[in-house]
Amino acid sequence: MNKNMIITGLVIFVLAVLSPFWFNMITTTEAAPKPELLGKAKEEKKCVLEKYDMRANHPSLLDEWRDSVVRNSDRQYTAANGHTFGMSLSTGENSCLGCHEDKAKFCDSCHTYASVDPYCWECHTNPKEIK
Amino acid sequence: MSDQLKPDELLNKIDYAPGSGNWMDNTASVQIRPGMYCYAAKAESVQTLGLPNARPWNPLEEDWKLPDNWQEIVFQGLKDRLERFRTFKVFMDICVRCGACADKCHFFLGTGDPKNMPVLRAELLRSVYRNDFSTAGKILSKIPGGKALAGARPMTLDVLKEWWYYFFQCTECRRCSVFCPYGIDTAEITIMAREIFNLLGLNIDWIATPVSNCFKTGNHLGIQPHAFKDMLEFFVEDIESLTGVNCTPQFMKKGADILFITPSGDVFADPGTYTCQGYLILFKYLKDKYGLDVTWSTYASEGGNFGFFTSHETMKRLNAKMYAEARRLGVKWILGGECGHMWRVIHQYMDTMNGPADFLEVPKNPITGTVFENARSTKMVHITEFTADLIKHSKLELDKSRNDDFVMTYHDSCNTSRGMGLLDEPRYVIQNVCNHFYEMPPNTIREQTFCCGSGSGLNAGENMELRMAGALPRANAVKHVHEKFGVNTLGTVCAIDRAALSTLCEYWVPEVRVAGVHELVGNALILPGEKKRTENLRLEPMTGFEEEDDE
Amino acid sequence: MNQKYLIPLTTVFLLFLVAYTGVEGAGLHRFFGIVIPYLAVLAFLAGFVYKVLGWASSAVPFRIPTTCGQQKSLPWIKQNCIDNPDTSTGVCLRMVLEIFLFRSLFRNTKAAFNRNESNKLSYSWEIFLWIGALAFHYSFLVVILRHFRFFTSPVPSCIKFLEYMDGIVQLGLPGLFISGALLLAATLFLLARRIFDAKVTYISQAADYFPLFLIIGIAVSGLSMRYFTKVDIVGIKELTMGLATFSPVIPKGVGGLFYAHLFLVSILFAYFPASKLMHLGGIFLSPTRNMANNTRAKRHVNPWNYDVKTHTYEEYEDHFREKMIEAGLPVDKEE
Repeated sequence: MNKNMIITGLVIFVLAVLSPFWFNMITTTEAAPKPELLGKAKEEKKCVLEKYDMRANHPSLLDEWRDSVVRNSDRQYTAANGHTFGMSLSTGENSCLGCHEDKAKFCDSCHTYASVDPYCWECHTNPKEIK
Repeated sequence: MSDQLKPDELLNKIDYAPGSGNWMDNTASVQIRPGMYCYAAKAESVQTLGLPNARPWNPLEEDWKLPDNWQEIVFQGLKDRLERFRTFKVFMDICVRCGACADKCHFFLGTGDPKNMPVLRAELLRSVYRNDFSTAGKILSKIPGGKALAGARPMTLDVLKEWWYYFFQCTECRRCSVFCPYGIDTAEITIMAREIFNLLGLNIDWIATPVSNCFKTGNHLGIQPHAFKDMLEFFVEDIESLTGVNCTPQFMKKGADILFITPSGDVFADPGTYTCQGYLILFKYLKDKYGLDVTWSTYASEGGNFGFFTSHETMKRLNAKMYAEARRLGVKWILGGECGHMWRVIHQYMDTMNGPADFLEVPKNPITGTVFENARSTKMVHITEFTADLIKHSKLELDKSRNDDFVMTYHDSCNTSRGMGLLDEPRYVIQNVCNHFYEMPPNTIREQTFCCGSGSGLNAGENMELRMAGALPRANAVKHVHEKFGVNTLGTVCAIDRAALSTLCEYWVPEVRVAGVHELVGNALILPGEKKRTENLRLEPMTGFEEEDDE
Repeated sequence: MNQKYLIPLTTVFLLFLVAYTGVEGAGLHRFFGIVIPYLAVLAFLAGFVYKVLGWASSAVPFRIPTTCGQQKSLPWIKQNCIDNPDTSTGVCLRMVLEIFLFRSLFRNTKAAFNRNESNKLSYSWEIFLWIGALAFHYSFLVVILRHFRFFTSPVPSCIKFLEYMDGIVQLGLPGLFISGALLLAATLFLLARRIFDAKVTYISQAADYFPLFLIIGIAVSGLSMRYFTKVDIVGIKELTMGLATFSPVIPKGVGGLFYAHLFLVSILFAYFPASKLMHLGGIFLSPTRNMANNTRAKRHVNPWNYDVKTHTYEEYEDHFREKMIEAGLPVDKEE
């Protein structure tokens, strides 16, 4: 194998390793979404978990809720801050989307950013869309 | 061989489970033991070649009479070779010690000595490389315990002795390289280690003396020109009494079509001599039938090249004779006899070292018109390529039944299989001159063939235990076909094999003998004007003529 | 116990603790989140290039491929074009199979000796190392490629597709990625081989255990973040995107486990060029695999070929002339 081939190979390798850097230079990079609290949620200011806890743990919390509702028909969740919420993603005023009205801003913006594709919406619908 | 281990005793020693602990810690306890090592090179042989540190010495003694700055010589020697050979440098760096090679080495399978696992053989050298040449090793060795972490160790006399012991327990057969996911070739590492030994005057005599003979007299055995001629004329007499045809060869005939070079072992010792007679019969046939003019040379009377087991430079010095003689005689191209390492040298080194051979013609078989495209540049053709081509074009009259007492199997020589790929040509020839041919198990032939255990200059008499241990995997496969198919002859295209496999068979499978492919050709080939043959070249009655003999 | 693996194991533990406590206790977020990763990438690239150029600077004096099949010779003999290639196409094919499918390792056999029963050596096909190696390398590759979701925004659809395929079993929540589990399983298998196979134990160095433990540490910390302890993934992506766009930020609410994970990855990067892991580059440069077996057909040139002292025919004839004449051998000079 001659030197030119080796150097070509090396250049390709280095470019591949550096791809996170140059890829972001040659494409427009979307900034991290800033979740906004809108409507009811803005006024309420109380939610099921603390902010950073919520960011990390909401999938497993929803998972627990689902089991609780389906298996024990226990539909009320009392949060650490003493407030009670409906254990539902999308049904009723006391559900997640009942308070956080804008699914696109509240759920999708971060999910898209982190390339997460939860299958919640295969069963649940956005209440706004029903109308 | 009286104090030698019996086969059963040798088998009892085999245990593939290595001990525990760190192999680097037991370097000092490595005992160079009779039966496992070859005697030191004689001073005069080293002197003939002008190689360094010629002196009498004995590996069993404490003092090896090394030059004072031997460590510096080793360091510089390694450094030079790392720059000159990418193989060496890459192979020092990339081994992951996956262990795929571990049980591929015939010496490991025969001795169970863990330092005969190819990976550890290379690690013997790598551990010093890591200490002296790798950045990580150098940094790590500054912190306590870092040397152990890096797997590095300094070059000491014990390490040198361990190297010497184990790099003369490698036959450079390349079987490990077939299985290595990175193609790491222990042969290449052994070659480098032996080059280093030669810088210190640490060659073995079984290599150094043949090399010095070959340099001076033209062949490893030191057969002088008149004696060489005499020996071939002996064969001529034998053939004449057998066939009634005089096959006298030509020597150093200027303007001949082809220069023929074969290992001198074939001239000297059974059963190679029968192969040599096969060549003489073939050339006589081609001369009479087609007027092909083949010449032998006493100057270039060695196909083999023990220089290859010494250093690249020595290999080149010995190999130079082939082209020099072809040029002097003005032949069209060169034909090479049956030999293993000779063909590794011709196929992978000769043209690069001593070419370009622009004074020769692209080899063309004048009888069949075949142009040997694969030898277009080097201009040297293997005799089984040549004979296979003749047979394919029906240019040889053959009587297969004359070989009916040979129930054949075929041993691929390491070098022709893994350093060339000559696999089907000899098989084609055998199957056209013999009726009975059976292959050994697939894991022991072709590119996975096992070494005879005596290659790369280790076919001495004093290291017989090592040789017979290394021969075990090959012998085991031979025994298998002997028991299953009644195989009684082990065919080969290697001169070292003809000698080494004979010893191997005598030790492990006494019912099997060894024959070169062209011995069988010599038996089967019907010479113009020959008398009825009742005996083969070994003067044994052919099948169907046993009774006549008894009368 | 064997210090060859205890020392690397302890080292990996300590490295993990250093980063974890460094962040959780000493608040060294910037150091472990920004400085170390940049340094690691630099060390990786510089070291890798240096090493490969070092190999490239060594000559290839002879064309010495290991031939693993029939050579090209007479036209009617079937050549093995892949294992004994004589053209660059054949070589490419051989290299591709070697690099992507570990063809040589696929041949692996296991030898056994049955003393006394038959005194026979037997060789059986040994496929597990090949499977383990292939599983390890490919799952690691997929894991690395999946991580591109942390360095691109929007995430390219090819990466999304890869994630979709990797998570196709739709098991658990968050959905299981096959590659992550496979990576851990394969490294554990390779580790078990080193510990329990006596031959492999004997040849193993601390330098063989260290990368294994390191990768196990990376896999375990990664898996635990995804499946067990949970992290703020948007926060983490802010950090990684900050690194990729050279505007580093330290997000709030991301804990020590992530920094420990990142630190182990950084160590792997920095350690890579100085270790056996360089087989990644070396496999391309192995002269026994990447050369065509056509040395007799096409001359190979040795850049440092030098003249040597030979014994010429004239010297030979001078030495033996009388004997040659007497034996009737032709000579050049009759005296």
